[in-house]
Order: sequence, then C-alpha cells, then structure tokens
Amino acid sequence: MREPGAARAAGAMRTDVILFVTTFFASAVEAVEALTIALGVGVVRGWRSTLVGVVAATIVLAAIVAALGPVLRLIPIGTLRFVVGALLLPFGLQWLRKAVLRASGYKPVHDEGAAFAREREQASAASGRGPRMDWYAFTAAFKGVFLEGLEVIFIVVTFGSTQRQLGLTAAAAAAAVVLVVAIGVVVRGPLERVPENALKYAVGVLLTSFGIFWGGEGAGVEWPGSDFAVLGIIGFLGLVSFVLTRRLRRELALKPATARA
Amino acid sequence: MRYIRSFGLFWWDYIVGDDWRVAAGLALAFGLTWLLAHNGIAAWWLLPLAVAVLLVGSVRRESRSGG
Repeated sequence: MREPGAARAAGAMRTDVILFVTTFFASAVEAVEALTIALGVGVVRGWRSTLVGVVAATIVLAAIVAALGPVLRLIPIGTLRFVVGALLLPFGLQWLRKAVLRASGYKPVHDEGAAFAREREQASAASGRGPRMDWYAFTAAFKGVFLEGLEVIFIVVTFGSTQRQLGLTAAAAAAAVVLVVAIGVVVRGPLERVPENALKYAVGVLLTSFGIFWGGEGAGVEWPGSDFAVLGIIGFLGLVSFVLTRRLRRELALKPATARA
Repeated sequence: MRYIRSFGLFWWDYIVGDDWRVAAGLALAFGLTWLLAHNGIAAWWLLPLAVAVLLVGSVRRESRSGG
C-alpha cells in the first residue's frame, strides 16, 4: 500500500506535468499569433525595422516580468489563488466558448494563412517607409509581440504563482516560444501547419479547469482527491464541450441552407 | 486619459468579453461557493456545474442568434 506522503508527491508531480503542458500549449498559441504578424510585416516591409520592433517589445515585456515577479511572492497564497482563478476562469471560458462555436461550424475557423495575407496586405498598403526606420513595420511588430507576449506573461505568472512554480511555467513558455520561432524561421510563411483551432479548444478546456480549481480553492473549497481533482474537472469539461459541439454540429446540418446563410 | 480608457477596455474585454451574462454568472457562482464553503457545506460541485451551465447557455444563445 502506498504511503499518504508518496501519494501526495505523485499527485503534485502529475499537477506539475499538466501545468507544464498547459502553459506550453497556451503560450504556443499566443506565439503563433505574434509570429504571424511579425512574419507578415517583415516579408513586405523588410526585416530591419520589424526585428527592432520585436526586440523592443521583448525588452518591455522582460521589464514587466521583473517588476511583477517579486510583488507576487508577497501576496498570501489563498488570496493569490482566488484572484488568479477568478481572472483565469472567464478568460478560459471565452476561449472554450469560441472554440466550441468554431468546431461546430457556427463561427468561421481562424485561419492563420488568411491572417498572414491580411497583415501583408495592410503592410504593403501603408505609407511611411523611411530611409532609416520604417515606423509602420516597427509599430506593427511591436504591437503584435507586445500584446501576445502580455498574454503569455499572464499565463506564466498566474499558473506559476498559484503553484509556486514560476520557474517551471516560465520554462514551458520559453520552450513553446523557441519552438514556434524555430518553425517560423524554417517555414518562413504562414504557420498553417500548426492546428491552431484544435490547440485553442484543448487550451480552453485546460485554462477553464485550472480557473475552477484555483478559484474554488481560494474561495475555501476542499477538493475531493486534492490535486487529482483537476483531472476530474478537465475530464468533465472536456466531455460537456464535446457533447455540446456534436449536438450543435448535428443541429446545423439539419438546418435548411437558407437558415444557415 | 486615452491610456486609462484603453486599459479599462482591455480588462472589460478580458473578463466580460462577448457575453456579460457569463461574467455575471461566474461572479454569482464564486459568491455562492464562498458562502457555502465558509459555512461548512461541501461546495466543490458548484463551480464545475455552474461553468457547464453557463457554457451551454452562452453557446446556445450565440448559435440561435447567428446560426
């Protein structure tokens, strides 16, 4: 028979793995979006100003992380879990809601190829290409990397701080960003091969589940099975969203074409 | 002033998003969970159930209006 201490350690280990995987995929989704913008702008307007924008955004993001990190350690863990869970839950639920609508056909599927083409078109239509610095390329790249990077920071900080595993979540995000950038450098085009919508669906389930788990814990809930409860929540939400998607898909298929248009 | 406005809009979009009823429902579910848990009543079932109901309701509303 297993000792309670060993069982607890196995539970914590499993939570760490889920934490890593969730942070990795959530960060990868954001990195794909940032890279799509940077590639689109870079291909049309040139790489120099685009890369300066990317580097500037990365420096600002690093400063934000440096300022946020020490403050988080001073907040009591219960309060932190409640705040993080309460913020993560509506965010994750929005992802999941959109993912279900896309998967069932009620919303158009997000197309990275189209996003890349749109970005390229806007970039070539814009004026302001100067001899030294192309401010359009700089601003577009900066904005894209900064906004998507902020979301990655939010994910890393919230996931890392509630489990006191900032190093682990930062490593997961860094691995995701490096991998996505490496793919981007290799393909040098739209990242259509990354199944972003399927990824968003899975990440939506994971973010919502962790939001429920931490938010509940912060509100005073004692979860049956302790850390293992998060697996039950993931399974439950996965099942609910799967059944919902199938039902909606069937209903849409039965609708007359005129009603669907 | 513009920055304060865009900061507020960012958080509004982040928390409330496309469906304010979901955000309101979550706030209510959190409040109820806190009340139950602090009165010694098992409340672990409430949040998962509330999230499932809110998800189904929100998606259904959207599919009826846009589908």
